[in-house]
Amino acid sequence: MGEVVGRGEDVRLVIYSRAFIGLMERDLRVLRREIAPFVIRIAMNPLLFLFVFTYVMPHMSGGASMSPMAGMAGGGGGFGTVLLPGLMAVAIMFSGIAAVALPLAQEFGITREIDDRVMCPLPIAAVAMEKIIFSAIQSVLAAALVFPLAYYIPSTPVLAHVTSWWFLSAVVVLASLLAGALGLTIGTSVQPKQIGLIFGVVIVPITFLGCVYYPWTALTHIRWLQIGVLVNPIVYMSEGLRAALTPSTGHMPEVMILAMLTFFTVLLTWAGMRGFARRVLS
Amino acid sequence: MAPIIKLLGGRRVSEAIVEIVGLRKVYAGKNSVTAVDGIDLHVEAGLIYGLLGPNGAGKTTTISIATTRAIPTAGSVKIAGVDVVAHPALARRSIGVVPQYNTLDRSCTVAENIHFHCRYFGMSNVEATARTAQLLEQFRLSDRTQAYPQALSGGLAQRLQIARAIAHYPKVLFLDEPSAGLDPQSRIAMWEAVQVLRGEGITVVLTTHYMEEADALCDRLAIIDHGRILVEDTPAALKASVGGDQIYDLRMHGVRDSGLLERRLQVIEGVTGVEVIEGGLRVLARAQDGLLAKVVTIANEFGLRDMTTTEPSLETVFIRLTGRDLRE
Repeated sequence: MGEVVGRGEDVRLVIYSRAFIGLMERDLRVLRREIAPFVIRIAMNPLLFLFVFTYVMPHMSGGASMSPMAGMAGGGGGFGTVLLPGLMAVAIMFSGIAAVALPLAQEFGITREIDDRVMCPLPIAAVAMEKIIFSAIQSVLAAALVFPLAYYIPSTPVLAHVTSWWFLSAVVVLASLLAGALGLTIGTSVQPKQIGLIFGVVIVPITFLGCVYYPWTALTHIRWLQIGVLVNPIVYMSEGLRAALTPSTGHMPEVMILAMLTFFTVLLTWAGMRGFARRVLS
Repeated sequence: MAPIIKLLGGRRVSEAIVEIVGLRKVYAGKNSVTAVDGIDLHVEAGLIYGLLGPNGAGKTTTISIATTRAIPTAGSVKIAGVDVVAHPALARRSIGVVPQYNTLDRSCTVAENIHFHCRYFGMSNVEATARTAQLLEQFRLSDRTQAYPQALSGGLAQRLQIARAIAHYPKVLFLDEPSAGLDPQSRIAMWEAVQVLRGEGITVVLTTHYMEEADALCDRLAIIDHGRILVEDTPAALKASVGGDQIYDLRMHGVRDSGLLERRLQVIEGVTGVEVIEGGLRVLARAQDGLLAKVVTIANEFGLRDMTTTEPSLETVFIRLTGRDLRE
């Protein structure tokens, strides 16, 4: 079979890329059909968060000072400025879970329908990669949706300032891929009946300890926590977006952010692909 | 598309479309299980080939390996000349597969299930649309195109799975227990569909534990038990190997002089063999006028209690090979 291996490289690429495009098309078709639930899913969390913490609470008796985070936004702009990058990070992360982990857990456990796509003329790793990339697209959309919400809802205007569009794009793309890879890792490593538990055991902790609702630099008085959260990939998502969008609130060094986002993306992609192969091959 | 087909089919050594050599699969673990224990199989193109055996015989594992879903412990499988372990993604182009369970894409309609399958296998949108329409027609699914798989009956879902599996013109279609869970009518419809596929030149490899299905449908059969092939031939030849086309099972009152009875029966013209079975004797014979009467007359002298006549079936073949009933 040396012939196929030797001469077939470009033929293979054609076969593979067509199959890959086919998978993307299928996912797009399904997403387009479920666009309303999709929008509700990605909008609800940032919408309510912004509404309660940046609109309702500042209007309560005692005014803005009652908000526990009042004054945290060092450069002014209120809590909304702290929340904007954090909520985008949550939106990105949650999309990865909802777009990959939940459907995969179901497909592996109950319906086995993933078998159909695994039988594509495409290496299994590429089928897994398609999942990550399609999830990343949803993450970018979810992150973008936070912008208008953060613009219209808070009573104190959010102070966003993009100094480098290149850096912002890099952070959003890396964070989105990371979220997809995280979803793949969770979806392939958890038994379907335990998927509900994942919210309590993984998602809630990494969100609350992910520098979503406070900047990492503000943890400086709780040193152990400031060091401890560094194993949490969500930290680099929120801090990256903070550095790109609201640098006035303070953030960790940009190089470190990009390096760690890349590190976690590679690590989780590797783990996710291994898990995927293990689940579809026996 | 042409160069790809040429590439895959270009240097075929033999006529075998499925070539399995020394296949073994051991599931490691606390109680390691040898599911496939040295299977060699050579399926020629254009046949309906059956793997017949009881549940747990290793049929599904063999199919899983051949369809790139399981990694063999040893041995090799080539589909249309392509090694499925070395080049799984390429091998899949020659493979259509319908597993035991329903793997229809529940997020897509009946038509989309076939359409996207065509797209995965590199067809243009126009080609995929045309192929989808043709298959929906062929498999009588045209009035359900916009339905979702959850709304289909077992028989319809099965038809859709087969239609989807052959949408990319595979050389071999693997059907794993295709009639499991089908009502008799759907089963007949499925058999007809499979025969049509053979007419189109698709080789079909199916597993089953229904003798009737193997007998009615398959051109050749391998009988599998405990991960090994016991025998491989056409259904007719397998049945002929029993040694007669009539089987008379004689139940006797006690076992008086069964040796003498055996000898007397053996010399009747047309009798090809006499065997001792529990409670009596089994006479194998070629169908002949008057033979039955002779057998009964002689057996009566020795205290015949009851007699059943049957024709050899694959069941008989399996029992003779393993001493067990296929359904056990």
